[in-house]
Amino acid sequence: MDKPRVAFFSFSSCEGCQLEVLNLEDRLLNLVNVVDIVNFREAMSERSTNYDVAFVEGSITSPAEIPQLNKIRQQAKVLVTMGACAHLGGINCLKNHFRVEISQKLVYGDKWHYFPSTVAQPLEVVVKVDYFIPGCPVDKEEFLRVVKGILWGQKPFIPDYPVCVECKLRGNVCIFFKGMPCAGPVIRAGCNARCPSYGNSCIGCRGLVSEPNITSWREMMGERGFSNKQADDLLEMFNSYWEVLAGE
Amino acid sequence: MNKDITINVHHITRVEGHGNLVVNLKEGKLEKINLEIVESPRFFESFLRGRYYSNIPLISSRICGICACSHNNASLLAVEGALGIKPSQQVVKLRKLNLCGEIIQSHILHFYFLALPDFLRAPSIIPLATTHLEEVKRGMRLKELANDICVTLAGRHIMPVANIPGGITSVPPKASLQSLKERMIAARSDLWEAVELFSTLETPKFERETTFVSLKRDDEYAFYDGDIYFSTGKRVPPGTYLEYLKEKIFPHSTAKHCFFEGKPYMVGALARVHNNYELLHPQAKEALKKLFINIPTFNPFHINQAQLVEAIHFNEVGIELIEELLKEDLRVEELKKPNKYSSWVGATEAPRGLLLHDYTFGKDACLIKANCIIPTAQNLANLEEDLQKFLLQLLDKPQEEITLLLEMLIRAYDPCISCSVHCLKVEYV
Repeated sequence: MDKPRVAFFSFSSCEGCQLEVLNLEDRLLNLVNVVDIVNFREAMSERSTNYDVAFVEGSITSPAEIPQLNKIRQQAKVLVTMGACAHLGGINCLKNHFRVEISQKLVYGDKWHYFPSTVAQPLEVVVKVDYFIPGCPVDKEEFLRVVKGILWGQKPFIPDYPVCVECKLRGNVCIFFKGMPCAGPVIRAGCNARCPSYGNSCIGCRGLVSEPNITSWREMMGERGFSNKQADDLLEMFNSYWEVLAGE
Repeated sequence: MNKDITINVHHITRVEGHGNLVVNLKEGKLEKINLEIVESPRFFESFLRGRYYSNIPLISSRICGICACSHNNASLLAVEGALGIKPSQQVVKLRKLNLCGEIIQSHILHFYFLALPDFLRAPSIIPLATTHLEEVKRGMRLKELANDICVTLAGRHIMPVANIPGGITSVPPKASLQSLKERMIAARSDLWEAVELFSTLETPKFERETTFVSLKRDDEYAFYDGDIYFSTGKRVPPGTYLEYLKEKIFPHSTAKHCFFEGKPYMVGALARVHNNYELLHPQAKEALKKLFINIPTFNPFHINQAQLVEAIHFNEVGIELIEELLKEDLRVEELKKPNKYSSWVGATEAPRGLLLHDYTFGKDACLIKANCIIPTAQNLANLEEDLQKFLLQLLDKPQEEITLLLEMLIRAYDPCISCSVHCLKVEYV
């Protein structure tokens, strides 16, 4: 493969995932030895519409974003989502619990119609996605592994076991034992249990494992004195897109 | 001069988020100059409603990737204030050190990655690695250090983990603090090299008087909390912000614009240096001199220098905080629980300026109402007035030069568009 041309794009998001790529610091210079970065609005003035691999962060939350994403899909041979917003809809989907106009009116008052908005959606709802890099934000090491996989023509490995596995491997005290709620039992690992290792709950940013036992997890939460509301709140933080659809 | 100028920069580069610059000048008469903020709104203020208090700062940090720790902090202050929680002195020190890391990280990112390429006429930092390798590596080294401060204190810079209402869930081992301190002491020479480099770069000449707004405290260069201070001399508690800061909505911007007494004002590094000059660290004052900056200055391009000066200041503040923490018995304290449910305004200094989170909680410990006032939104009206005045002094220059200089002015403000819109974008062509 020739040096692939790589582009970064962002939709509705905090751009934290692009920043995490900049946090590679001098390894960024190694990266540009093996790929040509041709589009990275947050960091460079050059832009190109000719690229092979598109890394896209953010979710789709306004009508104008849909044709932009379609254009990227048409151009890119490989489309990779970066982070929870692109992968799951993420935090942005919390607004889906309210009717869109309600949010618009609450924030912009009688000027609400200036700024069209839609239900927040993960990218795969609009276009075919080749690979996902989960997390809020992505982890720069995992980003590099995915880039290497693409360069070698191999499907990047993303774990499909729960965060609890990594907590055990690290010898962490279980967050439940500390009297705090945790989404770890149903959430996809690969973060090396970062949040529990810093003493905080897993908040679910990498998405559900492929066969999550949500019922049993809710029971566990209940037995430890957490209300259904607290369980919902925790799981909904990043994972409410499909749930809200099911509720309708 | 009967000149026509049309500029349409769709999605300004090297800024955080999506903004367009649109200029329309016909026969020497300015018809339109807008910084269009086209970032899609994300409606945090709407969807924070109904959420359980302990998750609020985790959700709020997601407003911005660059200043996640500041959003986290403003949110913590608001939640804890509303719920009657007073964090311990140790927790406050750990949080302050984390914020020092974030301010240095953001300022260094802006100086080396976003602003410096303009001054050296390069499209990004990547070609500078060929022409200015030492400088580029220095920038990366400093950014990495600042990043590591946040990782050590909060688990991560982008989306901090360990700070939650009631306290902090992990404390760094003393050996990690000691090693950070040694690296911060070593970073003094790198920071001074950055000052030397900047002192050789030519800053565009431009001035427009404005009001500077920042936090103020009597005992320190305010950054963690404090009163709201206006350079007109007014000093008010954060809880009264609605009486002084008025938000307005314009069709060209998904980010609201803010006004004080009907006029635009400036927040951020230059505002802080101006309002709190006396409390700057002596080394930071020395850097100001070396950079030929006399306070007051009303040249918005000096925001760049003010940021560098603050990086020096907060590196020193960080070293002092570590020295204090090393003398204490560091341990994870039990999280403090809510003892009431009311309203509070959390005010902190994000890298780009004054940041307010205003929350009201109900008896079920869930949020009822949220309002967030973001630094970039506060600067937008001021930036647009600067763009207007600056353009009129540039009319005899070629259009390409005008565009570059206007973009440089926008970048000097270091706008954080995602943040300001929580909802800002320039258009895909």
